[in-house]
Amino acid sequence: MVDITSAGAPTRKPFVMRYPSVAIFLAILSLFTICVTVLGEGFGIGVVSTSFIKTLGKTLCLCLAALAMDLVWGYTGILSLGHMAFFGIGGYAIGMWLMYARTEVIVRESLSAAALPPTPQEISDGIATQIFGVVGASEFPPVWALAHSLPLQMAAIVIVPGLLALVFGWLAFRSRVTGVYLSILTQAMTLALSLYLFQNDSGLRGNNGLSGLQNLPGLEAVPQSQISILFFWASALALGLGYLLCAWVVSGKFGSVMRAIRDDESRVRFLGYSVEAYKLFVFSFTAVICGIAGALYYPQAGIINPAEVAPIASIYLAVWVAIGGRGRLYGAVIGAAFVSLLSTWFTGGQAPDVSLGFFTIQWVDWWTILLGLSFVAVTLFAPKGIGGLIDRFTEHRSPERHGADLGPDAGALREKEALE
Amino acid sequence: MSNLLEVSGVSVSFDGFKAINNLTFQIGSTEMRAVIGPNGAGKTTFMDILTGKTKPDEGHVYWGDKPVSLLSMSESQIARAGVGRKFQRPTVFEDQSVQENLMLALKNNRGPLAVLRFHPSRRDHEQVAKLADEIGLAKVMSRKAGELSHGQKQWLEIGMLLAQDPRLLLVDEPAAGMTPAEREHTTEILVEAAKTRAVVVVEHDMEFVRRLNCKVTVLHEGSVLAEGSLDHVTRNEKVIEVYLGR
Repeated sequence: MVDITSAGAPTRKPFVMRYPSVAIFLAILSLFTICVTVLGEGFGIGVVSTSFIKTLGKTLCLCLAALAMDLVWGYTGILSLGHMAFFGIGGYAIGMWLMYARTEVIVRESLSAAALPPTPQEISDGIATQIFGVVGASEFPPVWALAHSLPLQMAAIVIVPGLLALVFGWLAFRSRVTGVYLSILTQAMTLALSLYLFQNDSGLRGNNGLSGLQNLPGLEAVPQSQISILFFWASALALGLGYLLCAWVVSGKFGSVMRAIRDDESRVRFLGYSVEAYKLFVFSFTAVICGIAGALYYPQAGIINPAEVAPIASIYLAVWVAIGGRGRLYGAVIGAAFVSLLSTWFTGGQAPDVSLGFFTIQWVDWWTILLGLSFVAVTLFAPKGIGGLIDRFTEHRSPERHGADLGPDAGALREKEALE
Repeated sequence: MSNLLEVSGVSVSFDGFKAINNLTFQIGSTEMRAVIGPNGAGKTTFMDILTGKTKPDEGHVYWGDKPVSLLSMSESQIARAGVGRKFQRPTVFEDQSVQENLMLALKNNRGPLAVLRFHPSRRDHEQVAKLADEIGLAKVMSRKAGELSHGQKQWLEIGMLLAQDPRLLLVDEPAAGMTPAEREHTTEILVEAAKTRAVVVVEHDMEFVRRLNCKVTVLHEGSVLAEGSLDHVTRNEKVIEVYLGR
């Protein structure tokens, strides 16, 4: 079995060699990246449209978020239904800089025609009026204090979700809130964040959200077809590194403790592990991963608004992981990629309507119902999800016999020979 | 001999029912003690208090050479201080291999960052192998604990307890579901363990207690009814009345 949860052999081989599933995953991801680059418009032959490349790039970001969800839910057993809030925060953090810097370029251009060179105050006022005109304000709210600086906003991508998760997690785990109550609490968190952002005076443009994020300041001359490929690469790199990091975390003793907490948390306490500290670590760590995924996602989507952090987004995340297969990293990736691409296909109006004579199923409306039904079906009939199919395949190919005889006879083929 | 654990005047009630009533109990640092008593005598609640699962309403629990109160510590802190517990029903991590279960219990730094960087040393592997040998599970090291038989799970849990290297072992009905030969082996392990640490065994089986050959504490309605050798307590009128006579 190539499952990375199986015990590592005491011999020290390079990490990816010890866990073949990691090597296989990275190989497939690299191959996929090369294929997309070759087929894309930016640097290749142009078979795949730029908008589809953006969809693929966004899908990779969702896969990264699903990895985080798998760590927190599949491995540690914390059903967080609020992780897309961290994803959204990451998007807002990068979006603020993108919007600020882009508007600054425009404002400077328009003011350069004036007789006198503009003062910094004039420029700042100009930017503020441009950005906040839609919500009837013309001054920068305090949250935008760092928006002029790319490094600071990039730090915010990591720090803000991490800190929010740390505070929220500390309060929740310290009070031993578990199970469905914790899920409800995380839903409340993401709902509260979304409702707050919907307000015009939240300082983040209310329900308008941040837009025009696909335009990178300073790269106006570069066509979107190339920018989309650059972001696709960045997303693929982030997913690859994220996968490696997550695989490393879950493969060792830390992963063993995570799964132990999932299965019997009070027993883990009696072994002397501080369960709360572990949960807090996993919760915050995955929040940071989600923040980074969000920061890569929204420049490709071009727009972020408060609806993106609505509770339903986090529920979708859980559905992807469940369908892909909990407790295995590649399962989360498969689930997120498969379901979100399928969802794009169905809701994009490409799926043909099904006529039942008396009624026509229009997939744009009926897709959510199909998704809901498949979620229930997977939970009831295939709790291992799509990843379970891979188990069947690998167990068939190389059963885990630990060097035991393959047959009753001592002269029978040994495992080693049989694998050749 | 100084006491490792001193429990004095501890009481706890659940919804008005006094599960533990003014209980006093001491144990030395290398001593074996059997705790017996009828159902509902408060044996499990007593263990819950010692391990921090239940907080008593009144009383003191002091621990160690420089006595510290266990009551202000969390379950995991108490476990790290050196109290190991074996549950009545074997609770091992079924989804993980025997090797992983033992490695998880092995005495090492328990902090998240230390565990993240942890890599088993040669000594760790040797210790796990030695323990697996002692509990007769060396051949099934890579099997998942969930695939083991009931008796083997009991063994695995005893192994995990020993791996923790606690100063006080709390063992709840260790011999339940074991064959006579396995009971013998369990007795040996416990007697051996009691040479270097304190061991408290909760047991119903008188024959097993007799074999442990140690001081016995009889609990009844949340307090100590009698204490002494097995022969001594079995001759006690009150003990016969509440427990043995029926």
